[in-house]
Amino acid sequence: MTCTEFLAQLDDLLDDAVTVEMRADLKEHLRGCEHCEVTLNTTRKTIEIYRSHEIYALPTDLRERLHAAIMARCKKGC
Amino acid sequence: MVWFLSLPSVTLDWYRPAHVAPRLLDVFPKLTPMATIQPIAGENEQHPDVALVERVRGGDVSAYDTLVRKYDRQIFRIAQHITQNREDAEDVMQDAFLKAYEKLEQFQGNSKFYTWLVRIAVNESLMRLRKRRTGRMVSIDEDVETEEGSVPRDLADWAPDPEQNYTQSELADILRKTIQGLPQGFRVVFVLRDVEGLSTEETAETLGLSVPAVKSRLLRARLQLRERLTRYFRSKKGPKEMGVEK
Repeated sequence: MTCTEFLAQLDDLLDDAVTVEMRADLKEHLRGCEHCEVTLNTTRKTIEIYRSHEIYALPTDLRERLHAAIMARCKKGC
Repeated sequence: MVWFLSLPSVTLDWYRPAHVAPRLLDVFPKLTPMATIQPIAGENEQHPDVALVERVRGGDVSAYDTLVRKYDRQIFRIAQHITQNREDAEDVMQDAFLKAYEKLEQFQGNSKFYTWLVRIAVNESLMRLRKRRTGRMVSIDEDVETEEGSVPRDLADWAPDPEQNYTQSELADILRKTIQGLPQGFRVVFVLRDVEGLSTEETAETLGLSVPAVKSRLLRARLQLRERLTRYFRSKKGPKEMGVEK
């Protein structure tokens, strides 16, 4: 397997959507390719960081204000 | 391509082909679960949102209150990611929930309420962008005709727990700045798929894209973000040499 072929499977690998055979091939490639190992690990970390850090938080006061406005309109039938 | 979405009711089942292997955690550690993803109901199991929607249809406004509180943060985040403007995101959040309430009769329950709501919010966000751009049509395909980021270039490894080197505020700035630099067509796919927990099929349906297009954009978005974050998170051991195709 080449690095390009590995890269083509990267998303499916990260999403846990590869066959047993493909997984074995990818694992074999990783044994001898530090670059692909770094790409896999840092891409996984990228996703985890964006999942675990709320970069656009909704402040409580704003949330309550918007919520009140939405529900007031809904109660009037919008 | 001009991007405009109608709001069809579609069947969006969790997709896992029969031939896909069971998880092998020992070989490749899995990503941590998404905070926002909803539990997947079995085929005959009713999603809890369906009961809430039925109550709202029956005149119980308090049930809608529950739905708003359940999804307001996600909708606000999606709107911020698309509009990149706080005031617009506030307006989009209000408008999306009001529009969903008005159109609740059109929701047929064969897609998840959350997915249906996200589709409305994405539409509202793009309409808001269009207004800001004085009526120019806004396309989800903007700026995606680039080969940038399709192949990793910076192959430096990251420091262990690299986010520990920054305060929460610094880290949030880095993450915001980095994702804002992505072409919109990549950014939206990454946000819906990886941050907000939609499946590939749901993301495709929501954005009016094909599944292969979503997959292609997701890979490039992930690789571009990885590459850009490497500038901040690289290991102090020093960068590795550029990769050579084997």
